[in-house]
Amino acid sequence: MTESLIVARQLVKRFGEFTAVDGIDVEVQRGEAFGFLGPNGAGKSSTMRMIGCVSPVTSGSLRLFGLDPATHGAQIRRRLGVVPQLDTLDTELTVQENLWLYGRYFDLSRSEAKRRAKELLEFAQLADRADSIVDHLSGGMKRRLSIARSLINEPEMLLLDEPTTGLDPQARHVLWDRLYRLKQQGVTLVLTTHYMDEAEQLCDRLVVMDQGKIVAEGSPRELIDRYSTREVLELRFTAGTNEALAPQVQGIGERQELLPDRVLVYADDGEAALAATHARGLQPESALVRRSSLEDVFLLLTGRTLAD
Amino acid sequence: MTTGAFRVAGWHLALYRRLWRMNLLSSFVQPLMYLLGLGVGVGALVDRNSASGATLGGASYVAFVAPGLLITAAMALGAIESMWSVMGGLKWQRGYHGIAATPLEARDIVLGHGVWIAVRCGLSATAVAAALAYFPDTRSWGLLPAVPVAMLVGLSFAMPIMAFSINTETDGAFAAIQRFVIIPLFLFGGAFYPLSQLPVGVQWIAKAAPLWHGVIVARGFTTHSAGALWAVGHLAYVVAFAFAGTTLAVRNLRRKLYS
Amino acid sequence: MSGELRILPVAFTARRPQRMIERHIVAYRRQWLIIVSGFFEPLFYLLSMRAGLGNLVGKVSVAGTQVPYDAFVAPALMASSAMNGAIFDSTGNVLHRLKYARIYDAALATPMSPTDVAMGEIGWALLRGQLYSISFLGVMAALGLVQSWWVLMALPACALIGLTFAGIGFAGTTYMRGWADMDIVNTATMPLFLFSATFFPAASYGSWAWVVQLSPLYHGVALVRAANAGVWTASILAHIAVLLLVSIIALSIAARRLDVLLRK
Repeated sequence: MTESLIVARQLVKRFGEFTAVDGIDVEVQRGEAFGFLGPNGAGKSSTMRMIGCVSPVTSGSLRLFGLDPATHGAQIRRRLGVVPQLDTLDTELTVQENLWLYGRYFDLSRSEAKRRAKELLEFAQLADRADSIVDHLSGGMKRRLSIARSLINEPEMLLLDEPTTGLDPQARHVLWDRLYRLKQQGVTLVLTTHYMDEAEQLCDRLVVMDQGKIVAEGSPRELIDRYSTREVLELRFTAGTNEALAPQVQGIGERQELLPDRVLVYADDGEAALAATHARGLQPESALVRRSSLEDVFLLLTGRTLAD
Repeated sequence: MTTGAFRVAGWHLALYRRLWRMNLLSSFVQPLMYLLGLGVGVGALVDRNSASGATLGGASYVAFVAPGLLITAAMALGAIESMWSVMGGLKWQRGYHGIAATPLEARDIVLGHGVWIAVRCGLSATAVAAALAYFPDTRSWGLLPAVPVAMLVGLSFAMPIMAFSINTETDGAFAAIQRFVIIPLFLFGGAFYPLSQLPVGVQWIAKAAPLWHGVIVARGFTTHSAGALWAVGHLAYVVAFAFAGTTLAVRNLRRKLYS
Repeated sequence: MSGELRILPVAFTARRPQRMIERHIVAYRRQWLIIVSGFFEPLFYLLSMRAGLGNLVGKVSVAGTQVPYDAFVAPALMASSAMNGAIFDSTGNVLHRLKYARIYDAALATPMSPTDVAMGEIGWALLRGQLYSISFLGVMAALGLVQSWWVLMALPACALIGLTFAGIGFAGTTYMRGWADMDIVNTATMPLFLFSATFFPAASYGSWAWVVQLSPLYHGVALVRAANAGVWTASILAHIAVLLLVSIIALSIAARRLDVLLRK
């Protein structure tokens, strides 16, 4: 039996004239890992802030655990863990104090808050830094501490806004591992990202957002199967000749896409497409065949890359 | 003085263009408020007390306090301008590092900042002096030479503090300097009453700092009781602080930026 | 959400402001020197006035009795330091936590409400202010400046002054754009400090004396001075009423503005 923790219907967020979220429908089930994928400015963070009950809904309806954020904000937040896009750690406090004092905001007793803080230090691999002032931690450590802090109230649902933006690859993998463990423990994960690899790694289901609207929904695999070909051929020509040469790959594969630095050819068989390219006498500086990714899905749906 | 120093001073001017209105207000309005509050208000209490006239050397209280406020304002300004902005140049906005990447040297940065602080103190002292000249009780030709005295006093605090700011790691110490050096000197440094009112021990502490020397010289000018040699002697003491501070600041900055 | 309980002053809906205070106590355990140093400024003023101006001014009349100048100034310095402390805590420190350290953003992701945050900050300012008031009272007693046992009533009076100015400071801070605006705070506080019958009686202003009454600090000074003299008149009630009214208005504005700022 499934239980919807988030139900949004025609959800809208406006800031003055600007519409950040433009009538989206979302439903997230307990135990799921759900993602909002989209470029910067797509409306992901505004959506997350509404779900986090720190931003009033402009119109439409939003229910979290069946409750209305407008009237039950505090009760809902009690059951949520929030990892904001920019760390809001308390830089005047130590690692340990950040955890247990945050627990006090949830009305935990001091002894219980300190007990959980200790456990979370282990989880975040920060036990040896317990008494460091937060200001002196690395970016990856701060991020892990942010996640640990969001778990102090043993939340049923964890909201993560761009959890690994700005981290080096190794720190990202450590973080993904921690999130994966949480998922296995039954915590519902809701995250935003503009990294397709992150979405593919972590999400059971996701929506692709662009300009405040949802443009596609499904599991990463479904979305790729539905919108893209199996493989992609990436061609790089001598600088400045992409535009001129693009017409010459017309007809190869199912679809072609011209990017500033490369030409993409969508085909179920990438090698065959490459052979066809060579057969036309084209000499790319480099050619790469890879599997389709969510990046391609996004490009196809919006005509823009995620990094835009 | 080097042309590099003036280029650095120009840089400060460019930064200042964005903030000048509010700054001018506080460095001009605040001394006048003290003059009105303590000079005029408390002055009414002091002047009705016939015994006070002799202690103040025959001057009315407001005339006694006015040059003191002109000089203490310069001290406060000089101190503030050599704390957070120096740390900002080194740590936060890192403008000093930008300058250090050019042919300019540590000496240019320090002297440039010094020139800038002198200009700021001079401007605010001129504004205060103009206001003082408006009121008959405080009007005096001595206000003219009091302005350069204010500039020197500003530097005598700014430069040693700058030397300290260059070496210090956190801004916590700045609040302590304000609370335990600047405010006590403002209150006990001879601006509001002759030092003779204080216990001898406190008098010596007050005389050790450059503020009192500047205050009595400025007051000597405005009450036309300053002898030339006497004034030069006291001002030499003030200049010595500015000079020692500058030397130290250049040395500290050179170590910090260029090694 | 700002719609809930609009009828009541928002200030009374705080549930857990003590959590914010707890955070400050933990944070300041490592910075106790900053707390201690705040006590010295009014002390320096008092000692300077006592030693330096005492002889020059002579005696001043308070509630019909002639008292030395330091006994005249001390209660006023106690009141102004309650104001200065509250303003300092509720402007610079709050601005830092609101805009730069973003501590409130973190707190609002929990069951804490903007009102909890605002009231917590104001409670902290009061707590810290009382610490200074008590120590200042001790100094006054040691210097022989206390005139009656009623002086203990100066402590609640200072708490009321603190409440008023912490509210004003906090409300003002929610409108600040950045650090440069702190200059406005200094420029606005100084006339209050100087012209609230702090250093000379309001009567010195002659026909302008009514202007002084516009300063909330004037009412605070009057309260503390009355407490020290142990002479209570009906006008005390008016002073208390003014301060209470200003603080309720300021606190309501502060909590609402914080809600607007943080829950976009």
